[in-house]
This record gives sequence, C-alpha cells and structure tokens, in this order.
Amino acid sequence: MDLCFLPAHELGRLLREKKVSAVELAGAVYSRIDAVESRVKAYLLTLKEEALNQARAVDAALASGEELLPLAGIPLAVKDNICLRGVETTCASKILKGFIPPYDATVIERLKEQRVVFTGKTNMDEFAMGSSTENSGFYPTANPWDLERVPGGSSGGSAAAVAAGEAVLALGSDTGGSIRQPASFCGVVGLKPTYGLVSRYGLVAFASSLDQIGPITRDVRDCALLLNAIAGHDPRDSTSAPQEVPDYTEFLVPDVRGFRIGIPREYVGEGIAPEVRAVLNRVVELLEGMGAEVEETSLPHVRYSLPAYYLIAPAEASSNLARYDGVRYGLRVPAEDVVTMYKRTRSQGFGAEVKRRIMLGTYALSAGYYDAYYLKALKVRTLIRRDFDEAFKRFDLILSPTAPTPAFKIGEKVADPLAMYLSDIFTLAVNLAGVPAISVPGGFAGHLPVGVQFIGPPFAEGQLFRAAYALEQEAGLAAKRPAL
Amino acid sequence: MKGYEAVIGLEIHVELKTASKIFCSSSAHFGAEPNANICPVCLGLPGVLPVLNKRVVEYGIRAALALNCEVARFSKFDRKNYYYPDLPKNYQISQYDLPLAQHGYLEIDTGNGRKRIGITRVHMEEDAGKLVHQGTVTTTPYSLVDYNRTGVPLLEIVSEPDMRSPEEARAYAEKLRSIIQFTGISDCKMEEGSLRVDANVSVRPAGSQGFGVKTEIKNVNSFRALARALAYEIERQISVLEEGGRIVQETRTWDEGKGVTLSLRSKEEAHDYRYFPEPDLPPLVISREWVEEIRRTLPELPDARRERYMKEYGLPAYDAGVLTTTREIGDYFESCVRLYPRPKTVSNWVMGELARLLNATNTEITASPVKPEQLATLLKLIDDGTISGKIAKTVFEEMFNTGKDPQAVVEEQGLVQITDAAALKAVVEKVIAANPKVVADFKQGKDKALGFLVGQVMKETRGKANPQLVNRLLKESIANSDN
Amino acid sequence: MITREDVEHVALLARLELSEEEKQVYTEQLGKILEYASVLNELDTEDVPPLAHVLPLQNIFRADEVKAHLDPETVLKHAPDREGKHFRVPRLV
Repeated sequence: MDLCFLPAHELGRLLREKKVSAVELAGAVYSRIDAVESRVKAYLLTLKEEALNQARAVDAALASGEELLPLAGIPLAVKDNICLRGVETTCASKILKGFIPPYDATVIERLKEQRVVFTGKTNMDEFAMGSSTENSGFYPTANPWDLERVPGGSSGGSAAAVAAGEAVLALGSDTGGSIRQPASFCGVVGLKPTYGLVSRYGLVAFASSLDQIGPITRDVRDCALLLNAIAGHDPRDSTSAPQEVPDYTEFLVPDVRGFRIGIPREYVGEGIAPEVRAVLNRVVELLEGMGAEVEETSLPHVRYSLPAYYLIAPAEASSNLARYDGVRYGLRVPAEDVVTMYKRTRSQGFGAEVKRRIMLGTYALSAGYYDAYYLKALKVRTLIRRDFDEAFKRFDLILSPTAPTPAFKIGEKVADPLAMYLSDIFTLAVNLAGVPAISVPGGFAGHLPVGVQFIGPPFAEGQLFRAAYALEQEAGLAAKRPAL
Repeated sequence: MKGYEAVIGLEIHVELKTASKIFCSSSAHFGAEPNANICPVCLGLPGVLPVLNKRVVEYGIRAALALNCEVARFSKFDRKNYYYPDLPKNYQISQYDLPLAQHGYLEIDTGNGRKRIGITRVHMEEDAGKLVHQGTVTTTPYSLVDYNRTGVPLLEIVSEPDMRSPEEARAYAEKLRSIIQFTGISDCKMEEGSLRVDANVSVRPAGSQGFGVKTEIKNVNSFRALARALAYEIERQISVLEEGGRIVQETRTWDEGKGVTLSLRSKEEAHDYRYFPEPDLPPLVISREWVEEIRRTLPELPDARRERYMKEYGLPAYDAGVLTTTREIGDYFESCVRLYPRPKTVSNWVMGELARLLNATNTEITASPVKPEQLATLLKLIDDGTISGKIAKTVFEEMFNTGKDPQAVVEEQGLVQITDAAALKAVVEKVIAANPKVVADFKQGKDKALGFLVGQVMKETRGKANPQLVNRLLKESIANSDN
Repeated sequence: MITREDVEHVALLARLELSEEEKQVYTEQLGKILEYASVLNELDTEDVPPLAHVLPLQNIFRADEVKAHLDPETVLKHAPDREGKHFRVPRLV
C-alpha cells in the first residue's frame, strides 16, 4: 500500500532499479482503489485491464533493456474532459453518455509516448463548471481528508484520486481555478500553466480562451516531471505557443534568496477565513526565513475578476456547448421535429449549473447586450492583465491563498451560485490574465489541508517550481496523508 | 415598373478550390460518398480545434485584389451562432466586424455603357454540410445529414445595393464569376453549388434616395433564374405597394417550376447570431509585402484581356467580351490564333461551331475533342483551297465527334476540293444543259440565277467543287454557248 | 433587469426547454448575477482595447494538405440515429 503514496520520481527510480515492477505498482493502485473508491468516488470509470496491459508492456520494455522515459509505468488518472481514444469521455455529463472519442488528446499522445499507465477517467463538475464536483451529472466525489466535505472542483476527482492514493499522478483542467482549488482542498500540488504552454487539442472546451490542462501531483518534482511530458508546441492547437520548453526539473533548487514576492492586498482582505490567513502568514514567515523578500502590493482590478469571468466564461461556453444536440453522438431525447429534439435533449442532458451558465452566456452575447456585458468584460480583462504586467516589473512572483476557505461541506453552497463562485475568487484572475500559477500545500486548518498559490509572469513556470519546491522542503508536510 | 425603381444587392458565396478544408486536413473535393471526407475537426467532435489553411487566405487575398478591394491589415475570425443539423458545432466560423477585404468594385456592361458596382466586403468562412430530404423540406418525415461539405472554404462577397434591374444583377453575377474564375481560386459552378447567389431586393419611387423594405431571395440555381426571380419579386413588391400593402422583410425562396418567389415561413425567432471573436484562432496580420507578392501572381483579368483582344487582334467588343467570359475560352482562342493568325476567323469558329457543339454535348472547352492546333490546321486547309468553307463545317463536326485530325477526316471521306477545271467541265456542261430557263434568266441580267447554277454544281459534286472555280467555269461556258 | 420574457427568449436561442419552476429560478439567479456584474460599470473602459487572446500570436497556419479521413463507421455506429452512411434527424419544420 505504501507504493501508492510514493511520488512518481521515486517510483520511477524503483522501477529502473527493478525493485518494483510496473505490474506490481499498477496492482497496488487498483488494490487501493478497491479499498477506498466506494467512499471517495474519485473515478467515473477505471481501466484496470488496459492499465495492467500497459504495465506489462513497460516491464517487458525494461526487461529488454530499453531506456525508459521518466514517467514510464507511472499510474496516472485523467480528468474526464480529456479525450482518450476508445474510452468513453463524458465530462461527467449525461449528454455525452456513450461518446467514445476516436482520437487521443495531444497530452494523452505525449503520455503514451512516455508509457504512462492510465488508471481511469476521473469525476468532475459537469463540463468543468463548478468548484466542488457536486455538479457532476453522476455523483459527487468526497474529500479524502474528510468524507463529508467536497474535494473542490472542477478537477475534484483528479485531486481526490492523487490524495487518496488511487493514482500517483493526475491530469486536470483549469478555467478559473479548477486545478488549483481542488489541489488546495486535497493537499496536493496543482499547476495551471501559462495559456498556450500545454495543447488544448482533445480537451473538451469549456471556455476556450481560459482553459488549460495541467498536472495534479503529490509533490512539486512530480509536477515538473508531468509538465515536462505534456508541455510544448502543438500544431493542432492554433493558440499553442510556438516556443521551446525547458526541463522544469532543473528549477528544483530549494533556494529563494533574493526572490521578490508580492502579496496583493486585494487577496488578503475580507472574505478570507482566519485559518487560511494563518497558513498564509506561516508561509510568508518560512519564505522570509529562506531569504525571500515579501512585500504587500496591489492588483487594483482583480476585484473585477469574478464579474468579468462570469460573463466571459459562460459566453464562450454557451457557444462551445451548442454542439451537444443529439445529432451525431451522445444523448438524444427523441421528438417529432428537430428543434423540439434539440430542446429536450439539451434540457434533460445538461445539469442545472450548466444550463444556468449557458443561459447567462447566451444572454451576455445576445443582440443589444454584447457591448454592455461581453465586450465590457473583455476590456476589463485587459486591465487585469495590465495589473499583472505592472506587478511583475517589481516582483518575481505573487503569493496568495489558493482559496478563501478550506474544503467546505457537501451541500453547503449548492443553493447559492454566487457563494459557490466566490470560492474561486483568488484563482480567476490568473486565467483571465493567461499567466501561470501553482497551488502547493502550505499548512493545515485542523484536519484540512490549505494550499497557497504562487503566480508568475507568462512562461515563468520554472520560477513557480523553484518557489514551490523551496516551500515544500521547508514546510515539511510531505509525510501527511489522509486517514481513510 | 412604372414610377418605381428596384434596388438590388447580391451576396455571393464562392467555394474555394483548395485540396483540404479551411480548418482541417479533410479533402475539400466534391462528389465523395456520404460522410467519407470527414475527420474529428470538421465533424465538431468534443475537444477538437481549428487550424487555418494558409491557401484559403492567399486565395481570399487574390479574389480581393481582383475585385479591387482593400485588403485588411488586421483581420480576425468570429463565431456565428445558430442551430442547424448541417452545422456540426452549431456555430459557423466566419468573419464579422473585421473582414479580409472591403471597398472594392467591378464593372458591368449595361445598355447605357459601363457601370461600376461596389463591393462592400469579402470574407472567409466555413461551409455547412448537406441535408437530404425525401421530397421537400416541408413534407419529409426526416432528413439525412452528410458532412462532407462541412468546412469547405467559402468566400462571401457582398455587393453594394448598386444594381437597378434584374439584368444588371445578372451581369454583375456573371462578371463576378468570370473574374473569380480567371483568378483560378474556384470552379464557380452553380450546378455543383461552388457558386451560390442570394439577392436582396427592394423597390422605391423612381428618383427617390431612401430604401424600401427589402426581401432576400434564396435558391436561385442559375443566372437566368436570378434574373427571373428578381423580375418576379420586383413586380410582386410593386403590386403589393400599389394595392396599398406593405412589404414584409423576409427571406423568400425561388420556385423555378412555378416561376414565383415564396415566403419561407418566418422562423419563430428573429436572427440573433451572437457573434463573438473566435477564441480558438489568433488574428491575421496581413503585411503589404504578402499582398504585393500575391498581386504579382494575379493573372490577366477579364477586362484587361478584353481590351487586349480588341487592341491586339482588332476584334469587335462583342467578340472580345464573349471570348473572355472564361479564362479557358480565351486561352483556346489564343492558342489557335498563334498558329493561325487571323483572329476574326478564329473568333467566328470558336463562338460559332465550337460553342454550338460544346453546348450540345455539354462539354467543357478544356475537354474539347478538337484541340486549338487542329482547328488551326482546319482553317489553313480552307485557305489553301484543300476544302471549301462549307465542307469545313462537316469536317469540323466529324473532328469533334471522333477527335481525328482534319487531314485524316478529309482524306477518309474524300472531301478534297475539286480545283481541276477539266474535272469540273463535264458537270458544268451538264447543269447548263439541264437548266435552259435559268441560263436564259442569267443572260437577261438576273445575277441570282447564277447562284442557283453554282448550287447545282456543288450538289452534283457533293460540295467538293471550288465555288470560285465553278463560278468562273459557268460564266465561261454560258458565254461560249452564245458564240 | 432581466425579465421572464428575456429568460424565455434566451432559452429558445440556447435551445433549452425550461420548466415553469426553472424559468422562475433562472430569472432570479441571472438577475442577481447580472446585477453583480454591473460593478464593471464603475470602470471607465472607453480607451481600453478588449483582450480576446492572451497570447500575442498571429498568422497561425497549416499547409493545404489532405490527411487521413475518419472511417465514418467509427462515428456512425455510436450515432443516436442513422440511415446507411448518413446521420438521421427528425424533420426540420
């Protein structure tokens, strides 16, 4: 069982040293899944047979003397909005029940080259719309640290799987905080890469100008290794940055001496839980203790992130989700004519939050309102981006809590959409600005983990890893694991 | 039209002749099995992304330049949102506020000379798929969807409302086809749907400056149908107004069989396409160097070529116009003139016999069984007296039917002109002897009588006699008989 | 303020069929969210350009090449309704 809680970089070493086989490792992960999955419900679907076959192939390659890539044989869970050829991909929506993509997402192709072992598809908020995984069209996922609490969302299944030892690594997607917030709630590491660093080809679109795929891992080194594997230019994604990607593990030095770190006062004001503030204060002390210069600063427009985000993301989503109409794949609710068929299929196929956002986005784009809502939000987006550009002239990094609270109780916020949206208050601006951010465990609030977020300039993932790695070494939280 | 004036603008969609589709690598070619030319991208499967085909932009710029447009320095794509089963994403990637090119024009010939028709904009977009109905869209119990055409690149070319009659609209559409076809970016075949015309038309009191309420006419499948549909619709609008009614802004469909435009039941919602910038496609920044590079590849366009044919070959305007309707006709004409430098003669043959047979057999000029070299050889055979002009038409038809060279046809069928006076003498004497009345008429000064006698000789020789020679021999023989 | 008629119109545009209860709930919730969004009007954005793409990319092209097609059977076999090589939909009007 211990195998399940080792990080990928250690497991990789054990595999190469033939102290453990890929089949043993996969077997250990599936034993763990058998033991805890009925309580955590991190997965929508597991791929045990395929995974064991992939593991056997890794063992055979190793036996034949093949040089293994860093992630060979490592069990990895995939958020269910990322297409894996031949495997049902639903985005946790009834409307996509039965959709089997005939192609791999680019990130999956790259991980197949690495010979990663795919454990299954993880639960999420339907179409990634949500912050608790309660909006899954099938069932909610529980937080492994407290089964009565949410794992965060929308990548709640991926974060819970890694935290519970049901996978070693996971892929998530982040449109407004959907990797970082569940990472914070589940006590794992989660990175939202710079927009354009990781290909979106094969990621089922929610809000195309904000979406990024990213790693959810046990520690910062794993995060760098997984980013190494998935980052880089993809000609199939026109918004993919055409530039060389460094080896991110080279940034993993526990040294932040002279780092200038800004803390925006907008992110430590009202609405932040005292226990979260306490964790942030301790993190600041640790960083200063290591020689970083931490200073308060201001991002004057980030307080407009939430309204801007809740116009831009739903607008794009209303268009992206128009294709789910019962004609080519997925659910169809039959009717005499096509318009009625569309309406019934979509009304029965989508859940309440998805419908709410489609309505909101359609309204924001409709005639007479475009300038007042969508265009206005895009202009505010410019102001938010400029805030970050200005801040990064003075600071190497920005530090904030990842979320205003630790994991909340299941059902606590479902009735009030605005209250739910507020749990992404610190993460949204990062997507609007297109910059990278990492959530790394900073401490605990009672039995619940609390993460902090480092935000960097575009393509400065290396700097994020360096700071997060230093903090991780100093905070000494690595040995903590949920008592499931 | 008494007291009224029509105001017409056209929206023309042209399918570009690229190998692959606008945003994916599926084939853009027409005529495959249903749903054979599809991939995850053009089928709009979840998670796929568009990548722009560079040639579409190049072709678009080429068209824009040929239509005298200003090519944008900055352009972008937008999503046009509407639901229809032939549209897999339920949005069309198109261009809204920053199209590829704007402010162009072309010139048409009207009864009152040349007229300039403004072109508002040229933009790029993806085509939709095809719906197959049993019977008509209103009676079919269900429809079938074929996505082969989905994502084929289109240019939408929007005119200013500058046309004032169905004839002008037709001339504009034909001229536009001609120009686009010359640039080589599209086949412009209305019957295959690679050129589609929608017309906006309104009427107003003659001489007034305002605009009446317009209707949009769809489903015109030929240039002739365009003119007929507009003529019908203009009359309809005038009679509605004359009877004190009001024109309803609506889309109407042309019913070719009945010769009427019919209202397409107004949809239950007003159009609200909710355009917004396509987040999956970065914008275009089009350098002047790129535009100039494309300008250099532009071929000679119809107007320039027409001028040249008039100047260089001394052709009448009419001939020059017909020969420059398509690039291929002009190319044929010029290949032939190079070998047989009497342009007007070549023009007569190309516009006459060749066009007649191509039309009758529904053959493209590029697939003509008679090649320009063969036509030139045939014309030389007339000039050197080997065959008569009349026989040449028979020979040409045989060449067209068999693809054989003219010499081969002439030899096989024994059509060589008889130019030997001795050989014709007997026939001439025979005809004179058989037609004493006609001979007498001729002698009394009725010149036409001679024509009859020539015809008789030609008939006897199955057209092979050299008519000038026959003429001379007849005159000589009749004169001699007087002595 | 957003009205029930707005909600019905938007639902039609978005091809959603809403129950009476949903119409009620969405009218209220969308109203609240849009009211919250009106805070953006505090900002003067007259001279601010909109940010549609965060990466300053331009002119991203592919070459005009035909690559492998999908075997239509791989998608048709999962289609909700088909006839031969076509997808099938109920009547349009």
